[in-house]
Amino acid sequence: MNDIQTIRLGCGAGFSSDRLGPAVDLAQRGALDYLIFECIGERTMAFGHRDRMLDPARGYNPQLRARMRGVLAHCHANGTKIVTNMGVANPRAAALLVIEIARELGLTGLKVACVEGDDVTHLIDPDTEFMDHPGAVKDVGLRMVGANVYLGVEALLPALQAGADVVIAGRIADPALFLSPLVHRFGWALDDWTALGRGTLAGHLMECGMQVTGGYFADPGFKDVPRLADCGFPIAEVAADGSFVITKLDDTGGCVTPATVKEQLLYEVHDPAAYLTPDVTANFRGVSVTEIGTDRVRLTGADGSARPEKLKVTIGFDGGFLGEGGISYAGPNARARATLAAEVIRERLTRINRLGGDLRIDLVGMNSLHQTAEVPVSDSADIRLHVALRSTDRDDIDMMLWEVESLLCCGPAGGGGYRGQVTPCVVTHSCLIARDQTSPTFEMFVA
Amino acid sequence: MSQKTIHDIAHARAGDKGNTSNISVWAYDPKDYPLLKRQLTAERIKSAFPKLFTGTITRYEMDNLHGMNFVMLDALEGGVNTSLNLDSHGKSFSYLILSLPIEG
Repeated sequence: MNDIQTIRLGCGAGFSSDRLGPAVDLAQRGALDYLIFECIGERTMAFGHRDRMLDPARGYNPQLRARMRGVLAHCHANGTKIVTNMGVANPRAAALLVIEIARELGLTGLKVACVEGDDVTHLIDPDTEFMDHPGAVKDVGLRMVGANVYLGVEALLPALQAGADVVIAGRIADPALFLSPLVHRFGWALDDWTALGRGTLAGHLMECGMQVTGGYFADPGFKDVPRLADCGFPIAEVAADGSFVITKLDDTGGCVTPATVKEQLLYEVHDPAAYLTPDVTANFRGVSVTEIGTDRVRLTGADGSARPEKLKVTIGFDGGFLGEGGISYAGPNARARATLAAEVIRERLTRINRLGGDLRIDLVGMNSLHQTAEVPVSDSADIRLHVALRSTDRDDIDMMLWEVESLLCCGPAGGGGYRGQVTPCVVTHSCLIARDQTSPTFEMFVA
Repeated sequence: MSQKTIHDIAHARAGDKGNTSNISVWAYDPKDYPLLKRQLTAERIKSAFPKLFTGTITRYEMDNLHGMNFVMLDALEGGVNTSLNLDSHGKSFSYLILSLPIEG
């Protein structure tokens, strides 16, 4: 198996709500060895736990069914295997759903592995201390919904070695979803830190999908991206030494350039010389980024050193609700009218209704996203008052929304377009556990 | 002519982990990198936005790629779970940095 020249990895999702069409394109025409879907963030993990509490058959990625219906038959026809964390808080139920879809599609014999062992809720107690700030679980004052450890390559390898066509897991470190097939197919040793560092770089660049092919990048006139609406998902062509080329399907929109690659290289990275994963301490400092053709960028020179001893755990808590209410003011003197509306709301909520919780009022169009940075207020004749409140008490949220809606008749002149919404919230904290406290397992299901 | 800003010579991307924001800033033209490196320091960012970036700011340099990474602790108003900012991830904070004036 070690004489393989190149492995083609595709990214079919870079976050839980990512687009489906570009993943189908890759499954159909990407000539991929593996199609990887990365669909968990800290918040989506906690939402998965909450979904499972409400219904023991749920807790996996809500788009799993649509995604599998879109790609499974193509992947089967093209010999492309799927690796994903779409199991979220319930990989077993997710695997059973994939089996059900495989049977619907007539893909008899398809092998689906569910990987478990990332749920470490049982290891967390009230005295568990957080890793990056003072405090312990008992200080949060919210109901814990679940805790998951970031697992690495070792959790996925047995399922790949057993010949799974689809590997479906929960909390796996994002780059490890991409690194695992490389370790499996190239036969890299689990202490070959250089190879693991390079494969981790490939995974890191791929894990956010279009963020390396022109998404989250366009700045018209400065950084133009062709056909952004048709942007394609990325492909990595990885060589046995861990060097690789990032590219995309020719007929898709977007672009792969040194600039898109460099921005993603340090996305959510702190020290570029010490990017910690369960598998390696990757070093991106000496990386070379070379354009070798249209939409083809080659990366060499990543390195690595020994993996961290301890593993990171995300603990999710039920965080109550975020309420958001808005009303707009436009035309002459809009700024003064919107400012008056903000004053009225603040007074109504705090002095008259004595509301608890954290309140923020923004004037969208004048100063909102950067309000707390204290950038100068810009004038506008089209301003939206945006009122946000977090609380564990739903009544407080409803009271706030009622007050904002009341502005229609009781506020400044010409206020219109009230909308209000309530979003359930989670709160997450992190801690560390010893590696030997984890024992990932897998189970194979056959369609 | 209006004041030249970092946006004229560099591009940037913001990411978040908990209450920590990181913003990478890259010179379009390698010739502008020394200027960028000289004028865009951690201290400069801290003093430009003291109310927002309340924690330590660390700068990591990627000289071979003509870019720098700024890691800002306690920069996200509590982070995505607790911030009341419409942009609770601080995705738009890259453009705060790019809005800073640059001379030369």
